[in-house]
Amino acid sequence: MVKIIFIQPDGQEQAVEAEPGVTLMEAAKLNDVPGIEAECGGACACATCHLYVDEAWREKTGSPSQMEEDMLDFAFDVREASRLSCQIKLTPELDGITVRVPAKQF
Amino acid sequence: MNVEAFSGQSAGGEGPIETDVVIIGAGPVGLFAVFELGLVDIKAHVVDILDKPGGQCAELYPEKPIYDIPALPVVSGQELTDRLLQQIKPFGATLHLGERIDELERLADERFRLKTDAGKEFVCKVVVVAAGGGSFTPKRPPLQGIEGFEGTSVHYSVRRMENFKDRDILIVGGGDSALDWTLSLQPFAKSLTLLHRRDEFRGAPHSVEKMRELVGQGAMRLLIGQVTKLHGADGQLEAVTVKTKEGEEHVPVDVMLPFFGLTMKLGPVADWGLNLNENLIPVDTEKFETTEKGIFAIGDINWYPGKLKLILCGFHEAALMAQQAYKYVYPGKKLLFQYTTSSSSLKKKLGVA
Repeated sequence: MVKIIFIQPDGQEQAVEAEPGVTLMEAAKLNDVPGIEAECGGACACATCHLYVDEAWREKTGSPSQMEEDMLDFAFDVREASRLSCQIKLTPELDGITVRVPAKQF
Repeated sequence: MNVEAFSGQSAGGEGPIETDVVIIGAGPVGLFAVFELGLVDIKAHVVDILDKPGGQCAELYPEKPIYDIPALPVVSGQELTDRLLQQIKPFGATLHLGERIDELERLADERFRLKTDAGKEFVCKVVVVAAGGGSFTPKRPPLQGIEGFEGTSVHYSVRRMENFKDRDILIVGGGDSALDWTLSLQPFAKSLTLLHRRDEFRGAPHSVEKMRELVGQGAMRLLIGQVTKLHGADGQLEAVTVKTKEGEEHVPVDVMLPFFGLTMKLGPVADWGLNLNENLIPVDTEKFETTEKGIFAIGDINWYPGKLKLILCGFHEAALMAQQAYKYVYPGKKLLFQYTTSSSSLKKKLGVA
């Protein structure tokens, strides 16, 4: 299992576990993490599963593809750390990953 | 995509369009309803807010593969739409695109009167709500107080260009809508600023080139950053705060046009007395009729015990809905159940006899 820590805008932390192979978005939805909407169901077509990957984990998650970068144009308050969680597949190397949920999805 | 064959007919200002059925939503399920209704001689008009048929398949994932359509091991959203359009062609349904049904009322003679946001009216015997996740509406940036500026200073579409003459315009976004309106409004504007979060654009390369030319000539400004705050009062925008790499900038503008794509909102369906439950319309599983006689709901918008939001379930719902719709359109007439494979009358309707 891969452990993920979601931090809400108010600082509240929620640690969840998910099988390797599922996406970060799916892990959030399966564990009812608030603030991740995923309106399109993981098709990289809506930008409502936007979150910020903590600095320490950014190398391991890699950078967004062209398609994801384009879709991030539709997100709000996009930063250097911004990713669409449907595009990050969980691997054992990501065990312990910390991500922040934005104040608002669109 | 061949839409021409379906469009063309309009109200022409001569009163409402009279038809058997109005289908709300031209997604896969709405389109297939045309087929199932057509087989039992029921004529339909289809209305959709998008400027193209296909619903989510066309708007959200035209190029993405779908793997669970029976007998099509893999099909893209666009191909599924195109194939459905081909399949329903014999029935000559009219598609009314770029319009949303805003009003629905029952008339004294039990028929329904519907009206679109463009003022087009329909009178029909049966209504089929196949509205999926709701109607696609422009995304509203979650900026504090933005509602107060909408319609006066903040616009999500341009209806009349004159309204933007001699204004200080801010356009936000990096796709074709943002670029096209930048190029169209720049000649009229007092000043125009295009704001985008990065110096890369999704829009057509020649539009990007033209925009950069204008920037080079000093005819407009390109700003890389994001809006964080709106300033103004009584619906009149005066300036916005933009966060850039360098810091914050105060940009005086009186009009803002944000282009952040579309999202699905339930819309007017909520006001039609259909006893919505968590934004879904409860129906029975025999006819897929709502609590209102003659109004059906099929596809993602409906709910019943065991409901799955799958295109294939919507197809099934359309077939059963058509059986009951027949009873309202042809009261007292017996419907003979037939197969397209063997029935000569069905083959004739399909144009293959």
